[in-house]
Amino acid sequence: MHAMTFAFGGLGSAPFPPDVQEHLVGLDRSSRADETPSSDAATNENSVLDLVGVRLSFGGVVALSDIDLSVGRGEILAIIGPNGAGKSSIINVISGVYRPDRGRVRLSGRDHTQVPTQALARHGVARTFQNLALFRGLSVLDNVVAGRAYRTRSSFIGQIAGSGQARAEQVDARDRAARVLGFLHLSHVGDRLAGTLPYGLQKRVELARALVAEPKILLLDEPMAGMTATEKNEMADFVRAARDTLGTTVVLIEHDIGVVMGLSDRVVVLDYGRKIADGTPDEVQANQRVIDAYLGVAPENDDGEGI
Amino acid sequence: MSAIASDLPHSHFPARWAVTLALLAIAYVGVPLLGSSYLFEAILLPFLALSLAGVGLNILTGYAGQVSLGSAAFMAVGAFAAYNFNLRVDGLPLIASIVLAGFAAAAIGLVFGLPSLRLKGFYLAVSTLAAQFFVQWALTKFSWFSNDSASGVIDAPALSVAGFVFEGPVGRYYFALNVVAALTFLSYRLVNSQTGRNFIAVRDNETAARIIGVQVLKTKLLAFAVSSFIMGIAGVLWAFAYLRTVEPAGFNLDRSFQILFIVIIGGLASIRGAFFGAALIVVFPLLLSRLGSFLLGDVFDSGVLDMTQRIVLGVLIILFLILEPDGLVALWHRVRKRIGTALRRSRSQ
Repeated sequence: MHAMTFAFGGLGSAPFPPDVQEHLVGLDRSSRADETPSSDAATNENSVLDLVGVRLSFGGVVALSDIDLSVGRGEILAIIGPNGAGKSSIINVISGVYRPDRGRVRLSGRDHTQVPTQALARHGVARTFQNLALFRGLSVLDNVVAGRAYRTRSSFIGQIAGSGQARAEQVDARDRAARVLGFLHLSHVGDRLAGTLPYGLQKRVELARALVAEPKILLLDEPMAGMTATEKNEMADFVRAARDTLGTTVVLIEHDIGVVMGLSDRVVVLDYGRKIADGTPDEVQANQRVIDAYLGVAPENDDGEGI
Repeated sequence: MSAIASDLPHSHFPARWAVTLALLAIAYVGVPLLGSSYLFEAILLPFLALSLAGVGLNILTGYAGQVSLGSAAFMAVGAFAAYNFNLRVDGLPLIASIVLAGFAAAAIGLVFGLPSLRLKGFYLAVSTLAAQFFVQWALTKFSWFSNDSASGVIDAPALSVAGFVFEGPVGRYYFALNVVAALTFLSYRLVNSQTGRNFIAVRDNETAARIIGVQVLKTKLLAFAVSSFIMGIAGVLWAFAYLRTVEPAGFNLDRSFQILFIVIIGGLASIRGAFFGAALIVVFPLLLSRLGSFLLGDVFDSGVLDMTQRIVLGVLIILFLILEPDGLVALWHRVRKRIGTALRRSRSQ
């Protein structure tokens, strides 16, 4: 788009009538404001994660159609949309749980048709799950320690024998896990079985397990679902703090619009597997299609009350 | 937070080790001084062999969550492999035969563990039944395995290690105790390592485990191999130290179920539980027969005993599954906690 205006600008004003010129400038401006990721944006050097033309269907049901998405480094991107809009599907495609019918996922400059789940952690991606996916039989600390599994180099024989490498890994993993637990105010439950914690805390332990891997990209599938308002605010603070201190890029799905608007730098709205809006929280809130499709709030509610 | 990292080992470990050491002292010193040969032959030797098999199955089923009904097959592979290594390789020390037998069982376990990459739960259990039937069939069909012995029943070799022969009930008890103690210690180390945590991670949530970078397929196969290794050596103990004979019939489906019950009654995902479970399974029929003949006299013959045993055991398992799914070991924890609080209360008064 930039190149287009530049090129046309170079031709001088003569070949185009004034209204056409205005239109061209307008196009350029609007595209800049929206930051709509076109296929050009997918090759954006600043982005750490891109989805290009991703399509996913289950049988005849189309869950995602032609999704383009680009996430910049250190950004907090929220994906919102009504139930069944395909939000979790996006996370599952990025984390390799689903294989898209078409399209590519680009992680740190590497293209994948299906992201290799097994190598996900090594590629610097960590995620949490919509329904709790903790290891119930392990203590909270061990759950978080398990988040370092991808770093393990020692063999099981080395671990039984207590080789230097195995012990060093163990100490390092426990250290880091203890630090993350402290960061998320979970130290006091470190030795409890994960399955015995209240729901809100379990959600936080999942975040801890994801963070201990020191991911470049953190995918959070409804991290605040089922939480009280206080817990949600705490969680939002933790996510923001994780981004600020670790520089992690965050992609999150959340239903609570209030939290989303406060937390995210950018919001993508899905409806029926299509992307219908992409912009700053303010822009998305003002977008008529979003209001129609998702929020269902009367248009006169200008200040966004209750959104 | 540093409190967590340091407190756990410091506050819990000495107490835990003290109990273990006391038990080992009793097992090594106390029992041989007091026990009769009946105690060794009928109770302690089968107890040790079954406990070890329970530890092996617990690693696979309790920790890694892969249900198996083929335990006795892996025990049989171990017993027959040890017998054949000992018979056919001249000058191979008995210990080497036993370790090789463990590896043979691990290899067979690995092969029959392959379906676990695709199958889960009941389907996997059924596919491990194949191991049970196949191994028993092969050992009966090919008389080479039993050195072409006419009866199919063969004498186990003497238990000699570095010139020292473990003879008589007490000697064989010491031999089994050494093996069980060593393998139990190694299993304990394993389940508390990163690999042990990976087992539990795969059991509790396979997708999440894969996402955090656990090599799920490798972990499952490793669980099968390690578990079969231990069960193979348990089979050696069963045949060489307890029965003194090697025969396929001793490793039938009933034995597989028995070991599964040991793990369930003792407590899944607990090394200690395997010992509790084995103790119950071994002692319980003896108690029942004593009690039966005491109460009913001659009416309580072996046929009645066998039937009563099955009925009562069945009821016990159902009760355990309903009332205490975590097994005897959970009961034990609760009792210990109660004693602990009672002690503290009496001390503070």
